[in-house]
Amino acid sequence: MNKNLERLYNGIIKENPTFVLMLGMCPTLAVTSSAINGLGMGLSTTVVLVLSNLLISAFRKIIPDGVRVPAFIVIVASLVTIVEFMMKAYFQSLSAALGVYIPLIVVNCIILGRAESYASKNPIMPSIFDGIGMGLGFTVGLTCIGLVRELFGAGQLFGAQVLSLSWFTPITIFVMAPGAFLVLAFLVAGMNIIRKKMDEKGKPLAQPAGCINGDCASCGKADGCKDRKGA
Amino acid sequence: MDNMLHVSSSPHVRAKDSTNRIMAYVILALLPTSLFGIFNFGLKALLLIVLTIASCVATEWVFEKIIHKESTISDLSAVVTGLLLALNLPVTLPWWEAVLGGVFAIAIVKMMFGGLGQNFMNPALGARCFLLIAFAADMTNFVTDTYTGATPLAAMRNGEVINNMDALIGRTAGTIGETSAIAILIGAVILILLGVITLAIPASYLITFVVFMLIFGGHGFDMNYIVAQLCSGGIMLGAFFMATDYVTSPITPKGRIVFGICCGILTGLFRCFGANAEGVSFAIILSNIFVPMIEKMTIPRAFGQVKEKKEGK
Repeated sequence: MNKNLERLYNGIIKENPTFVLMLGMCPTLAVTSSAINGLGMGLSTTVVLVLSNLLISAFRKIIPDGVRVPAFIVIVASLVTIVEFMMKAYFQSLSAALGVYIPLIVVNCIILGRAESYASKNPIMPSIFDGIGMGLGFTVGLTCIGLVRELFGAGQLFGAQVLSLSWFTPITIFVMAPGAFLVLAFLVAGMNIIRKKMDEKGKPLAQPAGCINGDCASCGKADGCKDRKGA
Repeated sequence: MDNMLHVSSSPHVRAKDSTNRIMAYVILALLPTSLFGIFNFGLKALLLIVLTIASCVATEWVFEKIIHKESTISDLSAVVTGLLLALNLPVTLPWWEAVLGGVFAIAIVKMMFGGLGQNFMNPALGARCFLLIAFAADMTNFVTDTYTGATPLAAMRNGEVINNMDALIGRTAGTIGETSAIAILIGAVILILLGVITLAIPASYLITFVVFMLIFGGHGFDMNYIVAQLCSGGIMLGAFFMATDYVTSPITPKGRIVFGICCGILTGLFRCFGANAEGVSFAIILSNIFVPMIEKMTIPRAFGQVKEKKEGK
């Protein structure tokens, strides 16, 4: 498979940040009370992720190893600030709904994780596609959670009433905090069932290949890994 | 001669207690308050009780079918969960919400964690809190043909003085099984006489609660107010039937008292300073979460074991 396409597949399905890697749980749980919020959060993270992967990959030979994390954060923070101002200017209501979680993209595990484990070691093009893949994977995850919560919690999909209130009583717990945990748990469980079925069929779907976190010492898959450091 | 010698490994004396025997005792003890609930609120209450029990038992059966486990519905624990849940619901609740509560209690609170004995939270209370958050309006709608006023707790919150006799007998608005303190106490006496529960948890719970209300209740040493607080709302049902649940209460004797104190303080906090007039269910499930920690800290010393002395000068 083409390397760039492989990155997309990897981000959206194989190592989906929400359902497989379980990264970025804070915004995942906090802002997905409706599908549109999930989508907005996912897309703004994607923008930041693509640009940060691009810049970090471009500067990877200049950034000294000892101060790489502060350097990554400076880059990510500048990008997040741009996105935040853009949202305030053009998407007022979404910006109000997402609130503090937009500035918090700076410390999103996915962005730092991809910077550390992928962009800082790979050329620009694959890094961009890695960012798009991971970002879209995150967007898909958040939108799915948002869809389920909005459907049960308010009877709506993207703000349109699909379950008539004449017979449907909204189960409001779904748009509140406990609902986020419940829905996430069920979707992850569903994903695990699919993964198990695919394994049994002999078509492993989500065996995270290569590095997840770039840290071989704490990686469960270090045994038999061809990229293992200091083996 | 051979017939007279019976050789077996220990234990030689067996207790007759089994899960379904104990559960049957609990059901028996819940009968007075269930019957009073039906008498007080009419046949709709009976319908809700039957539906909730059916939904709990059916959920357990279906869940175990799906995961290919042996069916455990005959141990009656699902029936107890269903009955307790129904007693915690207002009679006006739409039937499908009660059924959903039963499904939540068994599937999510109990079976997901491994079935009876593994759940960290009382299933009936977990489901009650789920319904309370999910359908806040329906779960606090206590207006029936007979009762149009507020529940005694809500009335007290507004500064009214309630009739203690009504609260004791149970001629008040409220959930199906919580209104009659007397019916619940009859059940409690049955449980204690049959040896199903000990007094440790209910006594420490209620005493702590009374002390808390004396200090923070804002009514000083007003016995009328204390009795009213004890007889209304879910505290009696909670203290005797739900805080004493074997699975979700501590196993150590000291731990039970700590657990009761924990429930009492939390209930007092919720009733005095919370947003709602009632807080028994939240108090008990929050205390359920502390149970492993309480047990760890109150492991009794084995016979002959000496406390290790600290070394060093």
